[in-house]
Amino acid sequence: MKIMVAVKRVVDYAVKIRVKPDKTGLETHNVKMSMNPFCEIALEEALRIKESGLALEVVAVSMGPAQCVDTLRTGLAMGADRGIHVEATGALYPLSVAKLLKALVEVENPGLLILGKQAIDDDCNQTGQMVAGLLGWPQGTFASKVVLDKENQVATVDREVDGGLETLSLDLPAVITTDLRLNQPRYATLPNIMKAKSKVIKKLTPQELKVEIRSDLEVVQVTEPPKRKAGVIVSSVDELIDKLKNEAHVI
Amino acid sequence: MSFRMRTGFFLQTRTGCGSTTGPVSRVLKYCNSRSLAVVPQGGNTGLVGGSVPVFDEVIINMASMKNVVSFDKVSGILVCEAGCILENLISFLDNQGFVMPLDLGAKGSCQIGGNVSTNAGGLRLVRYGSLHGNVLGIEVVLANGDVLDMLGTLRKDNTGYDLKHLFIGSEGSLGIITKVSILTPPKLSSVNLAFLACKDYSSCQKLLLEAKRRLGEVLSAFEFLDNQSLDLVLNHLEGVRNPLPPSMHNFYALIETTGSDESYDKEKLEAFLLRSMEGGLISDGVLAQDINQASSFWRIREGVAEALMKAGAVYKYDLSLPVEKMYNLVEEMRIRLGDSSKVIGYGHLGDGNLHLNISTPQYDDMILAQIEPFVYEWTSKHRGSISAEHGLGLMKANKIFYSKSRESVQLMASIKKLMDPNGILNPYKVLPHSLSYS
Repeated sequence: MKIMVAVKRVVDYAVKIRVKPDKTGLETHNVKMSMNPFCEIALEEALRIKESGLALEVVAVSMGPAQCVDTLRTGLAMGADRGIHVEATGALYPLSVAKLLKALVEVENPGLLILGKQAIDDDCNQTGQMVAGLLGWPQGTFASKVVLDKENQVATVDREVDGGLETLSLDLPAVITTDLRLNQPRYATLPNIMKAKSKVIKKLTPQELKVEIRSDLEVVQVTEPPKRKAGVIVSSVDELIDKLKNEAHVI
Repeated sequence: MSFRMRTGFFLQTRTGCGSTTGPVSRVLKYCNSRSLAVVPQGGNTGLVGGSVPVFDEVIINMASMKNVVSFDKVSGILVCEAGCILENLISFLDNQGFVMPLDLGAKGSCQIGGNVSTNAGGLRLVRYGSLHGNVLGIEVVLANGDVLDMLGTLRKDNTGYDLKHLFIGSEGSLGIITKVSILTPPKLSSVNLAFLACKDYSSCQKLLLEAKRRLGEVLSAFEFLDNQSLDLVLNHLEGVRNPLPPSMHNFYALIETTGSDESYDKEKLEAFLLRSMEGGLISDGVLAQDINQASSFWRIREGVAEALMKAGAVYKYDLSLPVEKMYNLVEEMRIRLGDSSKVIGYGHLGDGNLHLNISTPQYDDMILAQIEPFVYEWTSKHRGSISAEHGLGLMKANKIFYSKSRESVQLMASIKKLMDPNGILNPYKVLPHSLSYS
C-alpha cells in the first residue's frame, strides 16, 4: 500500500506573526517558514505505518510557491520516499487544494491519504473533509490514534471529541486528519538528510492536473486582535477593592 | 558552603523625582557616611555567591530600574537601566530587528546590570565577543554616592583611561552600575542549529577547528556536553527527549549558524555536517527543521545547570582551559572520586570554557577535600583561569591567586581601597580576605 501525505509550508509556529500594514494578510517577507506542525504529525504517522510493514511507500505532496520544495525536503529528510510539488503562485484555498489532492490521488492511487487537521496559518480545518467528500472516501478526522488492519483493509481511528473518545472503523482507502496527540514527530537525522538528497521531487502544475484554481472567497481584511492592556500592581488590599469597585465595576 | 543569612535591611530602588539613579546615590552616600556595608543585587542568578549578603549588609535590589532609556535604530545602540531583565531586552530588540550580543540560560531572570557587573559570557560569546567589547558606556554610582556618567554611545573614544572596564566584571565591589549603553548587532533572519554526536573528545575538538574554518562567517555558537550531562537532563527535566535515540553517544555538540541567507546558510551547514560525518568526526546528528526543534535542542544544553540542581548537591567549577586539555580534567576527576559522585563536563567549547560539575546526593566535606584544591592546582598548572565567566564572588575570592599574580592582586586591592575606602561595597567578595581586611 502507498500512503500520501499533504504537507503545507507555513510561518514557523514560534515566530511572532505581524499583519501587513495594508491589512491584506500576514507579513511573510524575511520570516522563517516551516512545515505546519499538524502536517509533521501526519507525516510521522505515515512513516510509522510504513516502518511497521503495513505500507510500502510514503509520498509527500505540497502545493504553493517554489519554496515549498524546502518543506518537501524536510519531509524527505524525515523519511518520505519521494515528493510531489504542485506549483501555484496565487492564493490557494481549501477547496482548490482538495481538488488538486483528488487529482493526485487519481494518479498515485494511495490506500491512505493523511493530512494535518488544520494549518496554523489560516486555521481552516476544511481540506481533509473536502477531499474525502470529493473522493467519496470515508474520513477519520482529528485522529489521536490510528491502527491499521491490513488483512481486512480497515483503519481504526480514535478521535478526541467533546464527550470523550470516539472510535471509528474506516474501510480503506480513506482520509485521516491528525490531531496534536497522535504522535511526536521525529527529527531529521544527518544520514536521512544525506539520503534525501537523492530522492525525487516531481513538479506538476494545476493545468497538468486539469484543476482550475479559482476561489469563491475573498479576504476582505486581516487585522490584529486588540492589544491587551498592561496590568497594574496594587500596593494594598484596600486599593485592590477600590479599583474593583470604582474602575472595573465588578463588585 | 553555608551562608549566614542575618541580613536585616532590604531596599528596593524606587523611581524618585527625575533620575532613577538618585535613590541609589542617596542610599550609598548615607551608607558610606555610617560605614554600612551594602550588597547590590540583580536577578540573583550568580553562581558564586556574589549577590549574597554575608553578615548584616544592606541589600540594594535593582529590579525597579527596568526602563529602556533609548534605542538608536541606525547604530543599534541600546541605553537602558540596570534592572532590565535580559530576556525583556532580547524581545524588545527583536521587535526592532536587533539582538543582544549575549544570551545565557538564566536570561529569564538575570538583569543587564548584573550581567555587566559580572562580565557574563554565555552562548554567543564565540560570535560577538565579551561585554568588554560590546558595552560602550555605563553610569555607575560610587561608594560615596557620586554618580559617574560614562554613558557614552561612541564606538571609539581614546581619551584617557577607559574607566568603564574597571566596573565591567568587578562584581559590584567598586561601584553600582545603574545604566548601560550596549552595542547590539542586527538580527539576522537565518538561524540553523545542529545537535551532533561525537565518539570521543578529540573528535569534538577537531570538529570545532573545522567549524571555525568552514563555517567562519556564520558560526554563532559551538557548545558541547558529555553523555553524563545529557543523561542528567533526560532524567531530571520534564518534556526533554533524546534527539539521537536509541543509544547514548560519548559526546554531544551543538553548532549554531546565524546568517542572512536561509538557503545558502543551510546548504553550507549541511555540506559541512555531511563532510564531517564522512570524515568520522560526527557519528550521528540531527538538524533542526523549525524553531521549535531548535528550542528543544537548546533546552538540553541550557537545562544542564537546572538538572544538576534537581539531582542533589553540586560542586560547580567554571574554568578556562586550553581546549585540547580541557576534558582531561573531567576524566582525572572521575578517577579521583570513583563511584561516590557523578562528574560531568559541558560548556562553551568555542571559548575554551569548561563547566565542571560534581553531583553528589548531599554536600560532604570528604568529597570537597578530594576536589579542592586539586581542581584549582590543575587549572593553574595548565595556565587556565579558575573562573572563566562566573566571577569570584564570595565562594572563590580566596582562590584568586591560582589565576592572578600577587602583584596584580595587590594592585586590585589598592584600586579597591582608593575607590571604596570604607570597604562598604559588596564586602568579602572578589578579593581575598587576607587583603581586603588589611
